[in-house]
Amino acid sequence: MMIPSFLKAYELGQMNVGAAGSKILVVIQLSGGNDGLNTVIPFRNDIYYRERPSLAIAREKVLALNDEMGFNPALSPLKELYDEGLVRVINNVGYPNPDRSHFRSMDIWQTASSSDQYLQTGWVGRYMDAACSGAGGCAPHRAVEVDDTLSLSLKGNAVNGLALLNPKKLYNQTRGGMVKELAQTSSSKTPDNLGYLYKTLAETVSSAAYVYDQSAKSVHQTKGTYPAHELGKRLKTVSELIQSDTVTRVYYVSISGFDTHVNQAGQQERLLRQYAEAVKAFMDDMKATNRQDDVLVMTFSEFGRRVKQNASNGTDHGTANNVFLVGGGLSSSGHIYNQPPDLDNLEEGDLKFSVDFRSIYATLLADWLNADAQAILGNKFPKLDLWS
Amino acid sequence: MENIIKSERLRHLYWRAGFGASPEQWLKEDRPVKKVVEEMLGNKHGFQPLTVVDADQFVRNKTPKKRIAEGGLNRDAIKMRVKENAEHIRDLNVRWVEKMASGEDVLREKMALFWHGHFACRVLNPVAVQHYLNTVRQHALGNFADLLMAVSKEPAMLQFLNNQQNRKNAPNENFAREVMELFTLGRSSGEYTEADIKDAARAFTGWGYNVSGEFIFRQNQHDDGEKTIFGQTGQFKGEDVIRLLLEKKQTANFITGKIYQFLVSEQTNSPEVRSRIKMLAENFYKSDYNIAGLLKSILTADWFYDPKIRGSRIKSPVELVAGMQHTLGLVFEQKQSLIFIQRTLGQVLLYPPNVAGWPGGRNWIDSSSLLFRMKLPDLVLKSGEVTLQPKQDGDVNTELLARRGSDLMHVKLDWNAFESAFSEIKSDQLFEALAACLIPLPLEKTQRELILKTAGKSSSRGERIKNLTIALMALPEYQLC
Repeated sequence: MMIPSFLKAYELGQMNVGAAGSKILVVIQLSGGNDGLNTVIPFRNDIYYRERPSLAIAREKVLALNDEMGFNPALSPLKELYDEGLVRVINNVGYPNPDRSHFRSMDIWQTASSSDQYLQTGWVGRYMDAACSGAGGCAPHRAVEVDDTLSLSLKGNAVNGLALLNPKKLYNQTRGGMVKELAQTSSSKTPDNLGYLYKTLAETVSSAAYVYDQSAKSVHQTKGTYPAHELGKRLKTVSELIQSDTVTRVYYVSISGFDTHVNQAGQQERLLRQYAEAVKAFMDDMKATNRQDDVLVMTFSEFGRRVKQNASNGTDHGTANNVFLVGGGLSSSGHIYNQPPDLDNLEEGDLKFSVDFRSIYATLLADWLNADAQAILGNKFPKLDLWS
Repeated sequence: MENIIKSERLRHLYWRAGFGASPEQWLKEDRPVKKVVEEMLGNKHGFQPLTVVDADQFVRNKTPKKRIAEGGLNRDAIKMRVKENAEHIRDLNVRWVEKMASGEDVLREKMALFWHGHFACRVLNPVAVQHYLNTVRQHALGNFADLLMAVSKEPAMLQFLNNQQNRKNAPNENFAREVMELFTLGRSSGEYTEADIKDAARAFTGWGYNVSGEFIFRQNQHDDGEKTIFGQTGQFKGEDVIRLLLEKKQTANFITGKIYQFLVSEQTNSPEVRSRIKMLAENFYKSDYNIAGLLKSILTADWFYDPKIRGSRIKSPVELVAGMQHTLGLVFEQKQSLIFIQRTLGQVLLYPPNVAGWPGGRNWIDSSSLLFRMKLPDLVLKSGEVTLQPKQDGDVNTELLARRGSDLMHVKLDWNAFESAFSEIKSDQLFEALAACLIPLPLEKTQRELILKTAGKSSSRGERIKNLTIALMALPEYQLC
């Protein structure tokens, strides 16, 4: 098979990087706006109990993390990780002039834009763009979303990430119809839109084959046991790809259903339990394969919810929220990064943010992925002191 | 065969100014393109609103979240309402795509698609959405000044950009900012300052809508003090801001540039193209923003038919699917199939990603969307099994959109009618004729051989036409127009 020259370049470029020992970021997106106040509960706060007469989690049920804050009981598997010193909670994460619409706020988180700015590329996509010019190479599989469609987060200018639910499914898609044969003709195409389509096709075929071969020749199945729900399956796929020593540096998964306007309690608990079970299984797996210090999981949602519950035993769209970091060799002291939300000091009933989410991105890009955060984010955001 | 070559200009026109040509239209049309353009602009059928829900339903459809906050709805009633609303908007979406695919008044629908992306708006009240869409469609080929004023007064837009909350003592600048940044002058134009936005927001105070979904000017919430906007001072109202914006030549430049990118090419950096757009914009401004006049200048210009322009544009998902429907005379039996395709490919009509609309162009394409586009003819025309699931965006109000429907797409399609358009084409010219009808670029040898191999041996002429069509539609080249 003739390999187009631009593919050759990155296939060669990959040989020096990746593999065991390199740092990997896994992003878990909770879509719909997870209620942060019922996730990490300020269980000594009277305002919390006053504003949520039927939704507040009773003090005695909370899984205390310190004197003031504790996890929702559905997060007990995550509490185990916390007790092992693997979890870092960052409170009050948000951005100036918060937008309360799902799609817009998600846009902002995925593109790392300001609230009055519309970007067409995502922060992970621009991380890939930056890596394109360096030793990392330009292959789509440098960032993998375990899904059927690709999020804006993983779209760059020069390169897009790769969406796959599992390596075999994508591989089969590239074997169907005329896909493979057409991809082989890409080298003769021009840099116009036709050339772009063929280049994308060739990269897709090449990346699909790479990921499939890689997973086929090393680990077919992880030994770890995962819960049978969708997030469990997806993190299992992430684990298998990591264990296959692919050069993928960023994995992206999402779980939806957090838009709990009505009868929140059961719905949120079910989702939080799934989340915690899946992350626990994943970290146990990483531990068992000696990768727990190489892999860092970041979990976010597009916004938190209002402090005051609504009339339907639910909560409406809010602003600042907590972000979880798990693994990554974070120091074992000070699991909770900052102060709990200040419920005395709200803005029109919503939490005020104190940590810009782009500071978290900046920290992960610079200190974890060893990239130029300022170039990728388009601005300098103060880094958080996570590894000291 | 000579006719086919001549028809390349026609195919280009049909694709750029509409949603492609059926073989019938394309093979039988013998008028010069100028005549066809005139007919497209002629509004032969008159404007027909699309209606899926009665206007008096606006009150009832006050957004469910608000009703929850007021404690006025119980859980089941809310769920039902959310579902009904989403279904109405879905029905409107499907009706609109079917209208695009019908081949009637195509330039209006094409430009309405452009204006929907330009005046991007996304709300949950189906009556407001329907009214907004019909306003955009009604003025699509009319006068931009009228369109801008009408859209600015749409309840959907006022709600989406928070002008309902823009009051004398608590101004909300969102609407004023987007009107300048996205609707008229452009973010990087340097034609306005933060101070202009502040005072424009004050001028728009009081613009809102009532419980029946009608625009109202609420005098008691209007700030009638003096404002200074673009160096002019007066007791301006919202209408004055629109007028001041239209007086600026930059508005004509900005709109013309965007229309050029939509209809002609995204490449606008060369001096030649820049001066071309400048000239078009000047005439547009002089014509007091006559959209039809601008379109006529573009669609009848020689440069519009330049071979470098033809086949250089990536079809948007809606153009792709409406085009397939129109070319083949195809109808989806389940509405959900059309929504599923839009969702998977990243363009759900009436649900734009944000007020800036869909970025378009190469942004439509990534590994998964390209593979799905190439698989689409197989799914639609050969009942291939659908194995993908688009992700949910987390909003309970749009859960309906992420549903896949059944694992097979059921369509109605009369292959005999499609074939009959080619009845005068000799067998050995069928491939050329179909390729010329469907593909905007000359095919290379490898592609030709691959198509012939994929289409395989056919037992009949009809089967051969079908197989060639399906194979041609699976090419990357078919993604272009």
